[in-house]
Amino acid sequence: MSIFSDPRISEALSHLADYLGNHVRVSVAALTLGLVVSFPLAILARNRPVLRGTLLGFASVVQTVPGLALLALFYPLLLALASLSLAWFGFGFSAFGFLPAVLALALYSMLPVLRNTITGLDGVDTSILEAAQGVGMTPRQSLVTVELPLALPVIMAGVRTAAVWVIGTATLSTPVGQTSLGNYIFAGLQTQNWVFVLFGCLSAAILALAVDQLLALIESGVRLRSRIRAALGGSGIAALVAATLVPTLGASQARYVVGAKTFAEQYVLSTLIADRLRAAGLTATTREGLGSNVIFEALASGDIDLYVDYSGTLWANQFHRQDIRPREEVIAELKTMLAKQNITLLGSLGFENAYALVMPRKRAEALGIRSVADLAAHASSLSIAADYEFFSRPEWAGLQKAYGLAFKTQRQMQPDFMYAAVASGEVDVITGYTSDGLIAKYDLVALDEPRQAIPPYDAILLLAPKRKDDQALQAAVSPLLGRIDIATMREANLRAAGGGSASSPPAVARWLWDKIGTR
Amino acid sequence: MSDAPLITYTHVRKSFDGSAGAGRVVALDDVSLDVAAGQFLAVVGGSGSGKTTLLRLANRLIDPDSGTVTIDGRDVRSVDPVSLRRGIGYVFQSGGLFPHLSVADNIGITPKLLGEAPGQIASRVDELLDLVRLDRNQYRDRLPHELSGGQRQRVSVARALAARPRIMLMDEPFGALDPLTRDALSDDYRNLHRTLGLTTIMITHDMTEAILLADRVAVMHAGRIVAQGTASELADSREPYVAELMGTPRRQAERLNQLLPGDAAA
Repeated sequence: MSIFSDPRISEALSHLADYLGNHVRVSVAALTLGLVVSFPLAILARNRPVLRGTLLGFASVVQTVPGLALLALFYPLLLALASLSLAWFGFGFSAFGFLPAVLALALYSMLPVLRNTITGLDGVDTSILEAAQGVGMTPRQSLVTVELPLALPVIMAGVRTAAVWVIGTATLSTPVGQTSLGNYIFAGLQTQNWVFVLFGCLSAAILALAVDQLLALIESGVRLRSRIRAALGGSGIAALVAATLVPTLGASQARYVVGAKTFAEQYVLSTLIADRLRAAGLTATTREGLGSNVIFEALASGDIDLYVDYSGTLWANQFHRQDIRPREEVIAELKTMLAKQNITLLGSLGFENAYALVMPRKRAEALGIRSVADLAAHASSLSIAADYEFFSRPEWAGLQKAYGLAFKTQRQMQPDFMYAAVASGEVDVITGYTSDGLIAKYDLVALDEPRQAIPPYDAILLLAPKRKDDQALQAAVSPLLGRIDIATMREANLRAAGGGSASSPPAVARWLWDKIGTR
Repeated sequence: MSDAPLITYTHVRKSFDGSAGAGRVVALDDVSLDVAAGQFLAVVGGSGSGKTTLLRLANRLIDPDSGTVTIDGRDVRSVDPVSLRRGIGYVFQSGGLFPHLSVADNIGITPKLLGEAPGQIASRVDELLDLVRLDRNQYRDRLPHELSGGQRQRVSVARALAARPRIMLMDEPFGALDPLTRDALSDDYRNLHRTLGLTTIMITHDMTEAILLADRVAVMHAGRIVAQGTASELADSREPYVAELMGTPRRQAERLNQLLPGDAAA
């Protein structure tokens, strides 16, 4: 059987125009902005040692900030700016998606352009500079007719480096809401769809190489004074940009945008919701792979229309509550607090996706551990692994305090790999999620937590302020409320993590609807 | 020559920042010098004697700390440096050709800066290639790296002459060439100097070349002009450094006479 008959390939291909188009647009915009800013700065700074040191220092510092963090930082920054602009000038702008991605990537592209422009201009032989002066050139004429052409190969090398960096880093703009080739990678990692991951990596690499070669063609064209080469390179890049605009112009704008965070359950639920909206005759699309901090703000500012969050997450992270209350009280209180921001808590889906301490069933039985309280006695000789955020969340502090937990070592891991790690004995305990199907698959057990240090995590459906009174929307999604129990969600999640062709979010969403819709 | 001097240096001093810890290095120490219109002056001296500094003051590549440089009676500091330089030809030690520009573009650069029409520049370039004896069709579109050292210096002379200057400043123009090429180029330039009615200041470290080419020679040592005059005037100088410099061409002449007895008559 040919690998091309794998349905995951055709599914990947069906997204290519959208993902690649967005990727090219955000990269080209960022690179253009980066060049427009750094090029004049480099020329201004080359004979000014203080400015030059400051600029290069700043650009180097920016470069050391990991791309993901840089992108994520721009979101709250722009959000604050947008609300200021709304208050002062009466108009706001979307701090979601394109804008933060372009700004962060432009910043990222600055170092190679600044450094190479300055180095290239510095490298021009002083005797040539003196000759330029001697034949009667003004400093400006010397720069334009002699220095820049001679520094061009070094400058273009910088531009090419910047282009490759920007195209590569643009895959990380998915969590701030900018669709990119990163959507393949984030979705693929979450749903263990390695075809998607490879597809995303390869297409980003091919795009980077193609743009690099086109820029090289332009450079050699300018250097060898070959108009044909320069024109070929230039029109290549223009064609690339134009080609990515075509499908977007044709596509109609979907009316409803369903958000999803970065894990499989969210991919399945957002697809399910979008399916329901379409079934009710509404146009809908999903925006996946959004960061946990980004998604709530995106809803509050209307960039997405609805999504599924978890009561405990909002309770602890959004409203900074430390107290532990029963499930119903938490939901009721959240409803009131969210209403103040005009956000509608439509209801809960019926299952909880809470944090739980998880270990292999046999190991737990052998050690006589049934609850977290039992675990505390053994903790000093055991290791624990959790996702990237858990150890800095209030729940972890609460657990440690309530049970006097102190592990030998603690590690952070990509959530998808934690279950396999604990099953193989790589670590002894993990903080899993109660709705995760892998708990059953690997024969693990979620330990009882009698002192209720971890708040409840009911899956709840949130609507953006502008959808507060949208009857059509509410009628379309209401059939999902209270219908998904923990066992069903676990099975859906297990299917989504299966890695086969039946594990794509649309397939699982269809399975899930069949299961609950017919009840 | 009875004309008023065209270029005058009056009590010129110039010093530079030395390398770390060396303090100020005096390049020119109270230098006064007249160059008459139409004269070919050679400035001879060792490295660091201040001869290049002297040259660069004339077209304001640098300005003096004190004293004045005048051209045609006008202090050069009262003239815009850019237009001053466009009116003076300058030939650099290593040619100073722009490596990314063709021979024609190098030669035509100053007329272009002066805003002359492209057609006019093209015919001027061909005229100059003839003048420096380079085949116009063969060399016009070449890049500097495709030329020999001698050809490069010919282009460099052509470029300096492009805007029809009255004054030529030449910084060791033929120093790096092989003897045959150097001889041919020197002769050709000497003729150009005469036929175009130029006033030339040429820097060299070679007393023989200075004597053979120039009307007058100025000898520089440690930032001062220690002697100036025609070759025979310098031969009578009692300045020890001048005597030392004059010794070289003398010894060369004697030695050549001994070695090539037949040739001298032929």
